[in-house]
Amino acid sequence: MNTQSNAIPESPLESQVIAPTVIPATRLMYWSVRRELWENRSIYIAPLAVAALFLFGFLISTIHLRDKMRAALALTPAQQHELIEQPYTFAALLIMGATFIVGVFYCLDALHGERRDRSILFWKSLPVSDLTTVLSKASILLVVLPLLTFAITVVTQWIMLLLSTAVLLGSGISVATLWAHVPLFQKDVMLLYHLLAIHSLWYAPIYGWLLLVSAWARRAAFLWAALPILAISVVEKIAFNTSHFATLLVSRLGGGPEDAAFPVSSGMSMDPLTHLSVGQFLISPGLWIGLAITAAFLVAAVRLRHSQGPI
Amino acid sequence: MACIEARGLRKAFGTTIALDGIDLRVEEGRILGLIGPNGAGKTTALNAILGLTPYQGELRVLGRDPWTERDQLMRDVCFIADVAVLPRWISVSQALDYVAGVHPRFDRAKAEGFLAKTSIRSASKVKHLSKGMVAQLHLALVMAIDARLLVLDEPTLGLDILYRKQFYDSLLNDYFDRSRTIVVTTHQVEEVQHVLTDLMFINRGRIVLECSIEELESRYLEVVLHPEQLAAARAFKPMHERQVFGRSILLFDAVDRQQLAALGDVRTPSIADLFVAVIGNQAGQAQGAAR
Repeated sequence: MNTQSNAIPESPLESQVIAPTVIPATRLMYWSVRRELWENRSIYIAPLAVAALFLFGFLISTIHLRDKMRAALALTPAQQHELIEQPYTFAALLIMGATFIVGVFYCLDALHGERRDRSILFWKSLPVSDLTTVLSKASILLVVLPLLTFAITVVTQWIMLLLSTAVLLGSGISVATLWAHVPLFQKDVMLLYHLLAIHSLWYAPIYGWLLLVSAWARRAAFLWAALPILAISVVEKIAFNTSHFATLLVSRLGGGPEDAAFPVSSGMSMDPLTHLSVGQFLISPGLWIGLAITAAFLVAAVRLRHSQGPI
Repeated sequence: MACIEARGLRKAFGTTIALDGIDLRVEEGRILGLIGPNGAGKTTALNAILGLTPYQGELRVLGRDPWTERDQLMRDVCFIADVAVLPRWISVSQALDYVAGVHPRFDRAKAEGFLAKTSIRSASKVKHLSKGMVAQLHLALVMAIDARLLVLDEPTLGLDILYRKQFYDSLLNDYFDRSRTIVVTTHQVEEVQHVLTDLMFINRGRIVLECSIEELESRYLEVVLHPEQLAAARAFKPMHERQVFGRSILLFDAVDRQQLAALGDVRTPSIADLFVAVIGNQAGQAQGAAR
C-alpha cells in the first residue's frame, strides 16, 4: 500500500477537506479481519465445540483417575509419563485438527463465497484494496487460527490439570506425580512454536493454493483444489514411474523438514525443549521455498480478485 | 474538471462487443440517466467507470484511472450495483461498524438518522430484511458517505412502487446538492424522469442519444393528431409514429412548435416514448425495455 502518495490531497477541487481522506492501512486490515470473523463464526465455534466435547469426555474419565494414578505408580517413569501426558497431547491434537479442517474450508470459500452471493460488489464499493482483502483472509489462516488454537488448547489443558488435581486431592492421592509429568508451561511454549512454525509458516503454501483456487474457481472449488494435485501425481507416476510430487505433498502435510519441528510427538523425552531446533527450522530451504510459493499464490489471488466479478 | 471523461471506451467479451468506442463526458453536479435495452452495454459502462472491469480506451473518473486506482477512487465514489449485494449474514449494526471503520467519509450518525425513519432495527440481519428494506439500508449507508460521484445500477429493480418512490425522493431531498454527480441506470424510466438533468440512450454498445433535459424539452415534440392531419404532419418527417385509441401520435425532432400546433395538441414526449422512438428505429428490435 502506497501510503506516501495517499497522504497528498487528491485534488485541488477537493471541497471536503475537514474529514481525513485516508484510513491507515492497519485500520483497514483490522476491520477486514473483523469482517471475516463476523462472517465465519466457525473459525472459533468449531475448536471451542471440540474443546468442550473433549472436556466433557475428560470429566467422565476422571471417575477412573484414582485407579489410573495408583496403577501408574507401579510403572517405570517413562511409561508413567506416557500414560499421564497422553490425554493432554490428545486434546492438543484434536483441537489442532479441528482448526486445520476449519482453515481448509474457510480458504476454499474465502474468495469464492463473495462472488457467488454477489456481495463482492458491495465490498468493492468501499475503499479497501484487493491486496488488503486477500491479506486479511490469509492472516486469518496464518495468524488468527494458530493463536486461537493456542489459546483454546492452553485453557483446555489447564482446566484438565486443575480438574485432575481437584479429583486427586479429594481422594487423598499425591498430585506431585501428575504435576511432574504434565509440565504445562513447557508444553505451552512448545505448542505455540509448533503452531507458528508448522500451522502458519510450513502450511502457508497449502493455504495459499486453496485461496488461489477459491479466487479462480467458478464452482466446485474443492474439486479444483484437489484435481490438479491428483493429476500431477498420476501423470508423474505414469510418465516416469516416480512419485516425487506426492512425497513432497505428504512431507508438507506431515509437518516440518525432517522431524525437526514436530515437538508434540516427542512424548518420550523428559525435556522436550531440547528438541525444538528453531534454528534448524528457520534455515531449512523447504520453509523458504514454501513461503515464496505462498507469496506467488497470494499475488495471483489478488490479481484474480481485481479482475473477477460476481459469478 | 469533468467528473467522468471517456474517449473511445471499448470492451468486448469474446466476439460480443459490449462497448463500441464510447465518448462520454459527465460534468460535476449532473444527474445522468443512462438508459438502454437489456444487453445494451449500460452495466459494462458503469463497471468500467467503477473499476470493476478492464477496458480499452481512455477513461478518467474524478481524475483517476478506475482500473488501477479503484480503492482510492472509492473514497469519493459510491455505488449501488444491484438491489441484493449486501452480504446476507451481516447485521445492520455490523454494516454500520464496518463502513465507519474503512470509509474516511462515512458519517455514522447520519446513516443512523436515515435508518431511524425506517422500520429497520440495528440488530436485524440482512437475510431477515425484506428486499425493500435491504435497499433502504444500502441507500442509508451510501447517503451517509460524503461522496462526489454516486453510481446506481438498477437500484430499485424488483422493489414495489412505494419503495421505489421513496428511494428517489430521499435521494433528491436528502442527498443531492448540486456539487455531487449521480449516474443512474434503470428500466423504470418514468420514475426517474423528473429526477434527471441529463439523458443518455445507449444501444448495442453505442451512445445513440445524448442531451440535457432542457434540450429534450425544447428539441423533441410530440403531437396528438387529428386523423385528417396525418399526411400534413408526415411531411415534417416524424421520427416515430404510434396509434393510441385510434389517434396518431407523432414524435418530431427539431421541428418548429408553432407549425406543429396547427396540426394537433403539442406536448413534450416522455423519456419512455422518446426511447421507443430512438431505439425502435434502430433496425427493428426495441425490446420494450422502457415499456
